[in-house]
Amino acid sequence: MSGHESTYKPGTGIEKWIDARLPIVRLVHDSFVGFPVAKNLNYWWTFGAILAVCLVTQIITGIVLAMHYVPHVDMAFASVERIMRDVEYGWLIRYIHANGASMFFLAVYIHMFRGLYYGSYKAPREISWILGVIIYLLMMGTAFMGYVLPWGQMSLHGASVITNLIGAIPLVGEQIKIWLQGAPSIGNATLNRFFSLHYLLPFMIAGVVILHIWAFHTTGNNNPTGVDVKDEKKDTVPFHPYYTVKDGFAIIVFLMIFAGFVFYAPNVLGHADNYIEGNPLKTPAHIVPEWYLLPFYAILRAITFDIGPIPAKLGGVIAMFGAIAVLFVLPWLDTSKVRSLRYRPLARQFFLGFVAVCLLLGVAGASNPDDIVIKTGEDTLRYEVSLEEAPEAVAVAEAHHGKIVSSNSERVIVDFAHYEDAVEFAEASGTTAEATVKHHGLTWLPVAQLLTFLYFAYFLIIIPLLGLIERPKDEPESIADSIHKSNGSADAVAAE
Amino acid sequence: MKAFKACLAGLALLGLSPAAMAAGGTMPLSEGDAPLPDWPFEGVFGKFDQASVQRGFQVYTEVCAACHSMELLSYRNLGEPGGPFYNADDPEATEAAVAEFARQYEITEIDDYGDEVSRPRRPADRFPSPYPNVQAAAAANGGAIPPDFSVIVKARPGGADYIYRLMTGYPSYEEFQGEYGDELHFNDDHSHGVLTQPAGLYYNPYFPGDTSGNWDGDPRHAPAGGYLAMPPQITDGRVDYMDGTEATQEQIAYDISQFLAWASEPKMENRKSLGLVVMIYLFFLAILVYFSYKAIWRNVEH
Repeated sequence: MSGHESTYKPGTGIEKWIDARLPIVRLVHDSFVGFPVAKNLNYWWTFGAILAVCLVTQIITGIVLAMHYVPHVDMAFASVERIMRDVEYGWLIRYIHANGASMFFLAVYIHMFRGLYYGSYKAPREISWILGVIIYLLMMGTAFMGYVLPWGQMSLHGASVITNLIGAIPLVGEQIKIWLQGAPSIGNATLNRFFSLHYLLPFMIAGVVILHIWAFHTTGNNNPTGVDVKDEKKDTVPFHPYYTVKDGFAIIVFLMIFAGFVFYAPNVLGHADNYIEGNPLKTPAHIVPEWYLLPFYAILRAITFDIGPIPAKLGGVIAMFGAIAVLFVLPWLDTSKVRSLRYRPLARQFFLGFVAVCLLLGVAGASNPDDIVIKTGEDTLRYEVSLEEAPEAVAVAEAHHGKIVSSNSERVIVDFAHYEDAVEFAEASGTTAEATVKHHGLTWLPVAQLLTFLYFAYFLIIIPLLGLIERPKDEPESIADSIHKSNGSADAVAAE
Repeated sequence: MKAFKACLAGLALLGLSPAAMAAGGTMPLSEGDAPLPDWPFEGVFGKFDQASVQRGFQVYTEVCAACHSMELLSYRNLGEPGGPFYNADDPEATEAAVAEFARQYEITEIDDYGDEVSRPRRPADRFPSPYPNVQAAAAANGGAIPPDFSVIVKARPGGADYIYRLMTGYPSYEEFQGEYGDELHFNDDHSHGVLTQPAGLYYNPYFPGDTSGNWDGDPRHAPAGGYLAMPPQITDGRVDYMDGTEATQEQIAYDISQFLAWASEPKMENRKSLGLVVMIYLFFLAILVYFSYKAIWRNVEH
């Protein structure tokens, strides 16, 4: 797993004996002890190690939970609460596992944005990046299936919404959906296979993580300057102890945040409805996924219109998967030779905008698409009146300060600002129509549609164009040179 | 460190969206609402008020248990550390008290001869459920199923605050007007009009729902809240507290909310006290490792 010359020297006879037969100690030494790493990595680079801790934490707590959990629709909910109440420190193990998923995603998002900012996806690290996206996909699948296991209301109806999406695929969708669910609807068969897969996928993640590390150890780490290592002596330090201690510090600080959630706000990232046992006959008012999937949920719901022959529902599914698929081809969409956005001031502005778009997509995913974002006027009372029933409606409405919104030969739509006017209008015109409340303002739906467009535009338009039109600043000669310069200048912020 | 601060800010931002999500589901709190109690179990050092949880258990058994089950609770839970009848100094008294509560309710089992036999419950037995199944519960309550109370405080946005509001929020009988006594007349800054309470349902401004269907007035100002099948339960003097505490409506609502908060999260005190130790440990470990980091990197220009 290392692309550099081995620095391992077996000291004792037994080490030599093992090394001649299975050089596993050499492999570990060369990967995590002697491995040369650029000196200038900042704290954003510690999230790789943090993610390793997250994965191990989830696997260990998950294995213990699986010893007590019962994957059956009639017993799953109670078995989770039994873990909370009767298993020794079961509450701790379960809260670590549940909040651990959120912490895992928090860390992976920071890790991915770091990769975007410093151009870690560019040649020669394309495969590292693609393996990373595969890990992220596996994480989403694992998290989604894990959320189903407690069999609360959100578990059940969230799973129903997501598996129904598969049904949108033309011709074979319905069959695939039934195959995934194990039955025509969500039920015990679904819960059983989700439990099985939820146990399997983390080990697949662990496997891909090994490939991910192998890949970037072959090319060497990227670094904040994006400049390649020129002189191993001047530009790098061995991983241990320099980065073990730095990563160690970051891990401990991260664990403090993690512990803050586990011990003092264990349910704040979840949804109250998931403490109600799943009932297929009762749908919750608002079905929302966990926070880390919200941006994709917003993209899914943003496509409300048919695109040519593609119906809206399928369009939403394509957009949602496309939002991840685009990450796979990112290395070939970027036309810039410069890796780090440190030397690309224009691209940096767009990057910050992109981060804002992603966060706003998250908020849009949590909001009801019909809710008002920006209010443009007071709510009015709206009547849709049939002219057959009330032929004088237009004149009567105008006499009572009504605002005609639209009219044709059959019906008229009229708004009233005042309740008294509306009541008098209803009496005088003789209509039987009921007033509805009309909100005036910008709803979340067009906002989510705009954000979805911006999300894709960033990858498909902005990134390819920027490389062609921008004039980057000069990159430093070498890593050592950049460190020297930034330490020398008065206003330099220590690159840590 | 600059980068790290930005990272914390990012965490705060990410924390906002689910928080906003949770806020979206909580009950509306308008100006006229009575103040909420200060719950002793909130905050980093929060602990349940044991006397209050005990009184809340009395309220549950005498009032709520007629319709609401607590399927996940056993009598032994009452005497476990953090529980309402746990007495660290006198384990025998704890056991006796718990056994006494359990004994009052019979359980029916099938014996080795295949016959139905009844015996008094033991501490290891679950709380009895008022109905044999959900169909029976629905049939007895006009189609509404009284929710199980085992985790109710975790299952409602607003938690104990919501329970307290719901219990104290019903309009009093004197407020109803009209020929059938089912009309509520609103004439405040927000709403002018008449709300009719459908037969068999009860209006509560804190119950999530939609009142517009029975509202005669400006639909934009329909009163907050909804209708539930449970009539108001908690009134002054509804229970006669064994410890002599005056049973005002507020006191009863406070006690039952606190009991249900304990039942939903019986390990909370354990969790918070362990959390403190973990945080202190991590804090000192962080300092130690930070200075190790400084020492190791001392001679490296970076």
